[in-house]
Amino acid sequence: MNWTWFHKWGSPKWFYEMSGRWLPWLGVAAILLLAVGLAWGLAFAPPEKYQLDSYRIIYIHVPAAFLAQSCYLLMAIAGVVSLVWKMKLADVALQQAAPIGAWLCFVSLVSGAIWGKPTWGTYWIWDARLTSMLILLFLYFGVIALGNAISNRDSAAKACAVLALVGAVNIPIIKYSVEFWNTLHQPATFTVTGKASMSADMWLPLLISVLGFYCFFATVLLMRMRLEVLRRESRASWVKAEVARLSGGNR
Amino acid sequence: MSNVFTLLLVREARLLFRRPAELANPLVFFAVVIALFPLAVGPESQQLRNLSPGLLWVAALLAVLLSLDGLFRSDFEDGSLEQWVVSPHPLSLLVLAKVVAHWLFSGLALVLLSPLLALMLGLPAHCVPVLLVSLLLGTPVLSLLGAVGAALTVGLKRGGLLLALLILPLYIPVLILGTGALQASLQGLPAAGQLLWMASLTALAVTLAPFAIAAGLKISIGE
Repeated sequence: MNWTWFHKWGSPKWFYEMSGRWLPWLGVAAILLLAVGLAWGLAFAPPEKYQLDSYRIIYIHVPAAFLAQSCYLLMAIAGVVSLVWKMKLADVALQQAAPIGAWLCFVSLVSGAIWGKPTWGTYWIWDARLTSMLILLFLYFGVIALGNAISNRDSAAKACAVLALVGAVNIPIIKYSVEFWNTLHQPATFTVTGKASMSADMWLPLLISVLGFYCFFATVLLMRMRLEVLRRESRASWVKAEVARLSGGNR
Repeated sequence: MSNVFTLLLVREARLLFRRPAELANPLVFFAVVIALFPLAVGPESQQLRNLSPGLLWVAALLAVLLSLDGLFRSDFEDGSLEQWVVSPHPLSLLVLAKVVAHWLFSGLALVLLSPLLALMLGLPAHCVPVLLVSLLLGTPVLSLLGAVGAALTVGLKRGGLLLALLILPLYIPVLILGTGALQASLQGLPAAGQLLWMASLTALAVTLAPFAIAAGLKISIGE
């Protein structure tokens, strides 16, 4: 198998150039998909039979929750790459993804609480899914706090990689144990109406906004990573040239 | 290989017994926290009895966590950790010995103290074996997972609070299974299922955690 495509990722300069080319496309795709998905979902999709219009927050809530989970997976993969192949870019990706993941997790919790009030009659219940999302938020906080606490950049990134991996091994265990706890302590008083029963004109906008959130996430992550690469490589000549070009263009 | 393990175990035991007061601290903490709860929620025996599984487990969990803060600190400061890293023996085996020694003298002591506090909270005597077995299986997991956090934060000046932030979310499965087993036996149900799950967690932690601890220590030393 040809591995050159993989080795290229080891070069911050190559990444900076390539991501600069991808960024506009991703950004446009994110804006288009989000605009179509959200407008369709929030304004044109038919109201739900029991929840009427309040269900429309699903078009924010579900994509955010999806992304919050995928982001931790991405961090764990980046952690493996960072620890096995010592690739600096994986360190950058891991640390830059953590705050975005935490925000998405927070958004999904808050939108879930807002949705919960009209449908369940309460902002918060100790339901298995809600609880595991809350724990995921705490796991993100842990990674961010550890990254901030260690002053040396390289060891901070490696420590975050180890922590992300330990967390990723634990996430399935936590998830199952929380479900087990939930069935033990309280019966399922509330059930969200089944997803399988959603009709196409409801789930199609959902699919589009999920894709839009993914593109949005990729755009933000690439932007943050590019900035961090510039910061880390600030002594390299290509970075100096790039910064001079950028600041010259602004003046 | 196993020779190094026992040697290290003996060294750790000797070091711990030079300072018996530090060994007693987690135990006193455990007892004090348990004593706080009746003061906070009221002395009604029925209520305390129902709450006792959770109280005992949360107090034990915090006691283990606090005792772990200094686990690698003195070895880090006097350079022993660097010697471990450069030694020909696998670092994961050495840290396993260290954690086992720590558990033998703090975790096991907590387990032995727990029946007394449990009976004071009004837990019926027939639940005590389940409490002992669940703590016996659970506290090693707490020690091993906590040691991962301690290894990652050993080089930091104020690692204590950070350690709690990193590790407490990972303690949740142990807490759920431990209190679940105790809750079941309090209601007269069999607790074997939860205890078996807990045993599998222990096996998983013993096999995987030493590698994570070793990786964490290498990072902290390399800084």
